[in-house]
Amino acid sequence: MNAALIITQFLNGISSGMNLFIIAAGLTIVLGVLRILNFAHGALYMMGAYICFSLTRGIMGMTGNFWLAVAAATLAVGILGLVVERVFLRFLYGRDHTYQLLLTFALVLIFGDIARFVWGSNVLSVPFPPGMNGATNLGIVQYPTYRIFLSLAGVTIAAGLWYLTQKTRWGRQIRAATQDREMLAALGLNVPFIYASVFFLGSALAGLGGALHAPTVSLVPWMDAGVIVTCFIIVIIGGLGSLWGALLGALILGLLDAFSSVFIPEIKIALIYLLLMTVLVVRPWGLLGRPGSL
Amino acid sequence: MLKLQALRKSFDGFVATNGVDLELAKGERHAIIGPNGAGKSTLFNLITGHLKPDSGSVLYGGEDITGLAPHTIVRKGVSRSFQHTNVYPKLTVFENMQAALIAHHRMEYRVFTLASRLFRSEALELLAAVGLEEDADRTAGTLAYGRQKQLELAVGLASEPNLLLLDEPTAGMSAAETRHTIDLIGRIVEERGLTLLFTEHDMNVVFGIADRISVLYFGKILVSGTTGEVRSNPEVKRVYLGGGGHGAA
Amino acid sequence: MRRRPLGVALFVVLLALVPQFAERWVIDLFTEILIYALFALALNLMVGSGGLISFGHAGYFGIGAYAVAILGTKLGWPFPIVFVAVVLLSAAAAGIIGFFSVRLSSIFLSMLTLAFGQFIWALAHEWKSVTNGDDGFLNLARPEFALTRPSFYYFVLGTVVAGAGILWLVVHSPFGRILVSTRENPLRAEFMGVDVKRVQVIAFVISGIFSGIAGALFALFNRSVFPAIAWWSGSAEVLIMTILGGMHSFFGPVLGAGVLLFLEREITQYTQYWPTVLGLILVVVLFAFPDGLAGVTKLARLLPGRKKR
Repeated sequence: MNAALIITQFLNGISSGMNLFIIAAGLTIVLGVLRILNFAHGALYMMGAYICFSLTRGIMGMTGNFWLAVAAATLAVGILGLVVERVFLRFLYGRDHTYQLLLTFALVLIFGDIARFVWGSNVLSVPFPPGMNGATNLGIVQYPTYRIFLSLAGVTIAAGLWYLTQKTRWGRQIRAATQDREMLAALGLNVPFIYASVFFLGSALAGLGGALHAPTVSLVPWMDAGVIVTCFIIVIIGGLGSLWGALLGALILGLLDAFSSVFIPEIKIALIYLLLMTVLVVRPWGLLGRPGSL
Repeated sequence: MLKLQALRKSFDGFVATNGVDLELAKGERHAIIGPNGAGKSTLFNLITGHLKPDSGSVLYGGEDITGLAPHTIVRKGVSRSFQHTNVYPKLTVFENMQAALIAHHRMEYRVFTLASRLFRSEALELLAAVGLEEDADRTAGTLAYGRQKQLELAVGLASEPNLLLLDEPTAGMSAAETRHTIDLIGRIVEERGLTLLFTEHDMNVVFGIADRISVLYFGKILVSGTTGEVRSNPEVKRVYLGGGGHGAA
Repeated sequence: MRRRPLGVALFVVLLALVPQFAERWVIDLFTEILIYALFALALNLMVGSGGLISFGHAGYFGIGAYAVAILGTKLGWPFPIVFVAVVLLSAAAAGIIGFFSVRLSSIFLSMLTLAFGQFIWALAHEWKSVTNGDDGFLNLARPEFALTRPSFYYFVLGTVVAGAGILWLVVHSPFGRILVSTRENPLRAEFMGVDVKRVQVIAFVISGIFSGIAGALFALFNRSVFPAIAWWSGSAEVLIMTILGGMHSFFGPVLGAGVLLFLEREITQYTQYWPTVLGLILVVVLFAFPDGLAGVTKLARLLPGRKKR
């Protein structure tokens, strides 16, 4: 047992967990408030990563600054989500859930091809931002600086989302929406605006997660598949609509992934699904979910 | 027949059912009245197994059925209708009945029989009992509201229940439909020797059908007795705008 | 309804004549359509009758295919035993996945079926000692009675017709009626005394079995198996076949399979962006004619007083 190894894996788990949290948070907010399962959430993550790639290359006269690229990608993906919601999803709200599911599913197919068309099928990579491509000395270990940044980013986002949902008027409104959607219109709130803004936020978070993750992964047009499944598992384990649940679920998954990758890689995937199945039997509404929210 | 003991249920700190005791004899027709939000639907859900109580018990025919799954409780002879109609909207009236009969005769796992000819006569007989035999081929969702409730009643009877729970059976009905429903319920309960527990806002319906009444006031039974006793009780008059006509809507 | 059996019988006879008159690529196309028709019919038991949208059905398809490859070719088991194994393995997988997927509402069912489907892909991809990973299996052996192109076609035709017949019986049985009632109003079904979850799991199992059989046929058709067979895009295709053809009609999915495979064959000659076409087809069907192609043809035959289901 090597202390350095354990600490490294622990930090790996935290940093990837934090990144997963940012993405899963978007999914769970949309799911909790709008009761829409956005299958295309993983595709939005992918778009975020690809747009970040293009912008760091200095397209359209931009300087290629990583931070600007991340911000722009986040905004762009948020707007993309907004367009999807206003142009397509809006017409399906009254109808059977099935239609919404299938529509977002169709978008996965289309976005995947858009990625292939614009960026090709070759593996692409995004360079680390300047100053962060080395390692920081943490005493016992040398740990990649960028990953430390990812963890801090995740914490910041979590704090920001907490503030947004607990302390602002908008946050109160969407929390009310999670509890009782029919009441919203009766209370005179602007329902279309709430729905659109929630979807914007959820999509933007996906894009942000993708852009931030980009330097640490290979960009390929099917990178969304693994992410969306992971998000589903996180949301189910953590609890529908619960941001803290998403955080908890993401961290659990991140740590599980990190440690089993090193010690028991052959059954890593089986372990994750075993955890999922256990939660489904013992506490189906998720670790931090409410029983009524099924 | 039915006995509720110290039943308690809260949601997130809100106490919906606050220690309810109730006893129904076989063949009794018992109405539960009370203001909106007093917890009538919750009580029904606790009896039928849709909700598990925090404490207390539900005894049916002497047997403890607390917390059993809804489909198990139905099989024991408890049948229920809902406040908002709860039929299969895209199936025909006949198909609605047929599904109920298939379920009751425990044929839901039979795979090697053709279903279209099953239970035709039984279905039509039940539809006739509630006066819907002419509408057998109409899509259930297109029926008038009152007739949908009649269908629900027929579907509820398909399971040959001993205890019938009706949640606001005349809600949303016109005066004529209401009179018709009072007659229908009275007749059916009489003919089949059923025990009846129902909730209502319309006091005409209550006095037209019930032998005994309980007043549910914010999760607790305030008063329980014969219609005469409850009618003249000053507590009841105070908390529930009683007298004739509709109560607090 | 009475002219239906005649029409179906005629259709099957026409299908049986295909190897006698058609070129080799046509026979192959029809073989593939038949296989996917069975797959789509199996899926539609869940989607159309049960209202359960599974996004991971390619998993069972893959299990059937790998069973044939591993047990039939690699281990050399006799074909009838392999067939039984295909049924048992797909049933077991569908039963387990179904058990976990029905515990929550339909949204979660969709999430879980996708997740479990990808799990099966991961198994195929990672468990190299058993599945050969990305290398897959090649040169699979066909049963002795199906070695020529026409005889293999008849083997597939016979299996698919038998499978479709059984599925038809299931849909029109008391179980089928109850399954529909759980789709229409699960609360009401529960209060009728139906154990809704158990009925849904049984639907999963039956659907999984015939999907596995279709997968086995596919493996024998291509004489090869790769992990991609279980990737979620396969689940997407069969789902779109079902919806395009019409999920509320029994034979709709067959029509959907035929149309989609034909379209794929034609369109992929001109573009590599077939998934976008698939997605667009889905969007158009969802917005314009949700009852699928079968719904459109029903409209054309609408008699006065006749209701749409």
